[in-house]
Amino acid sequence: MSTQSYVSGSSQPIFNWKKVLKNHGGLVALVVILGFNILVTPNFLQLQTLFVNISQVATIAIVAMGMTLVIATGGIDLSVGAIMALAGAIAPLIFQSEFGQMYPALGVALAIGFPLLVAMACGLFNGVLVSVLKVQPIIATLILFISGRGIAQVLTNGNLQTFKNPNFSYLGTGKILGLPFQGWLAIAIACVLFWIISRTIFGRYVLAIGGNERAATLSGGPVRRVKIAVYIICGALSGLAGLIVVAINSASDAARNGDLMELDAIAAAVVGGALLQGGRAPIFGAILGAVIIQLVKYTLLANGVEDEVALIAKALIIVAAVYIQQARKE
Amino acid sequence: MLDSNAFDLRKYISRNPQSMAVWVALATLILFGLLRYDNFSGAYNISSFLNYNSMFIIISVGMSFVIMTGGIDLSVGSVAAFTSVIAAYLSPHGIEIALPLAVLAGVAFGGLNAFFIIVLRIPPFIATLATMLGAKGGALVISGANTIAVDWGSNFTKMGMEKIYNILPWSIVVVGIVVIALWFLLEKTSLGRTVLAIGGGEDASMLMGLKVNRAKAFVYLLSGGCAGLAGVILASGFGAGQPLEGIGWELTAIASVVVGGTLLTGGLGSVPATVAGALLLGLVFNILNFENGLGTITISAYWQMVIRGGFLFAVILFQARVMSRNKRKGRVA
Repeated sequence: MSTQSYVSGSSQPIFNWKKVLKNHGGLVALVVILGFNILVTPNFLQLQTLFVNISQVATIAIVAMGMTLVIATGGIDLSVGAIMALAGAIAPLIFQSEFGQMYPALGVALAIGFPLLVAMACGLFNGVLVSVLKVQPIIATLILFISGRGIAQVLTNGNLQTFKNPNFSYLGTGKILGLPFQGWLAIAIACVLFWIISRTIFGRYVLAIGGNERAATLSGGPVRRVKIAVYIICGALSGLAGLIVVAINSASDAARNGDLMELDAIAAAVVGGALLQGGRAPIFGAILGAVIIQLVKYTLLANGVEDEVALIAKALIIVAAVYIQQARKE
Repeated sequence: MLDSNAFDLRKYISRNPQSMAVWVALATLILFGLLRYDNFSGAYNISSFLNYNSMFIIISVGMSFVIMTGGIDLSVGSVAAFTSVIAAYLSPHGIEIALPLAVLAGVAFGGLNAFFIIVLRIPPFIATLATMLGAKGGALVISGANTIAVDWGSNFTKMGMEKIYNILPWSIVVVGIVVIALWFLLEKTSLGRTVLAIGGGEDASMLMGLKVNRAKAFVYLLSGGCAGLAGVILASGFGAGQPLEGIGWELTAIASVVVGGTLLTGGLGSVPATVAGALLLGLVFNILNFENGLGTITISAYWQMVIRGGFLFAVILFQARVMSRNKRKGRVA
């Protein structure tokens, strides 16, 4: 709840900087970063820059949207990066198998479908631990965070799997109307999720659980099922992101795929306006957050700032975003 | 009536029912190792096991204090990496300079966490995540992303390499003293009781007039200091400051704390059980290495993570059962 206190009779300033920053901090940050880049970064206003950033941001955005749903119920999902690695490791195993070589079309379909199923199963595992066994989300998802990547490495023996499969690679390299396929995919997913959150009963329950889980339970809501579903959706989206990363690289590396993605996704969700206590699910905010995170990375990289300093910058963004949120709440 | 100061096993168990599993599992694994492998009880295995795991014991104990207040500290791994670099730079001045200053650097990161959490009211999870990124970045910046060799001429490497009677590494001696002091602090001082009370109910503790913020600040400073000590042991044991180390340490520590039966909601916890949890997780790998050595099975390093996760899963299931049983009995856990 925003509780701006309006003293009756006092004249409101026409343009309240504090208010704008509190309520639209993300957009302000985006404008600042874009402005900075246009002025400073060489060759920023080029189509190539746009392509690079869209193809990178799409995976962060897709995972961040799932994370936003989980956070909306007051939870958190640390296992997203590990699920990416797992899904990404399984796909090449399928379309490079004898069966996959014999029936290429079916092979690719299975190589997309089956990893997504596995990713959803991971989400189910998280969801059951959280909602049925009442394990805190941070710990419940820690299990797969630790072992998911291990399973992916066991499956591939820790080897880098390289491949040439144009059909599968379309996921990461295809273009529609000249823009990367995964960018369109992210936008499509955002529209669907936005509709679900704002127009369906399921969506209302997601927000209700985050707002007050006890009240949602007492009023007879299917709290368990909704929470499980949210983790399954987050798992599926992470799996999809894992497939996209593999498709972009034409290679699957279980050790690196999705590494530290949980941080990016949480940061994007929070920067986008998700409240860690739950009760809000700004889906397009997650995309905005992902764009900001990616642009900050790109800005620092393009201007020759070392990676390590970029880490510190990311830390500052997270703290600032949550601090501003906190102020908004109080 | 029993003297309340005497150690009473039954009382300990009834106060920490969820800690039982870790002691049983630890005893079983040790017995299994003793019976199955010749060199399991050898001086070399014991000393290298204790030396390596001393780092994880100390960060786990620090973490357990944070978790007892209902918080979490994700920054310990990065802070240890950072302080290992600091310690390596200071190593020419000897351990008596390098150790306290590196620990102080860890405490400073703990102070940053405490500031974020208590003053800015940022949730511990996010605050320590930011510190984790910051410390990692800081470690890479001050080291130029290189490992920093320590000075072999000074007494710095003694801590991580020399052993008393060829079996007790100095690292575990130092860690042991700190751990015992912290155990005493938790069980016998008002600060320790406040830490547990906060986890039981922060608002209630505040209403009772307990110094909640002071205790909360203390646990983050402590956790940072423990990570600092782990960093010193790391630099001293490997002969170099390691800015890239520490990845995933926070998870190992959290796992040890959970395996040791500390409830993640806070309010309940035990220092010795946390140490047992850390030893148990370490022992799993030790035994895996022996199995590989026997040649009966070959378990790749990748399985270790899977098994670690499986362990955590088993303990969480166990905890969930104990919790629900306690709830049915009407006891407040």
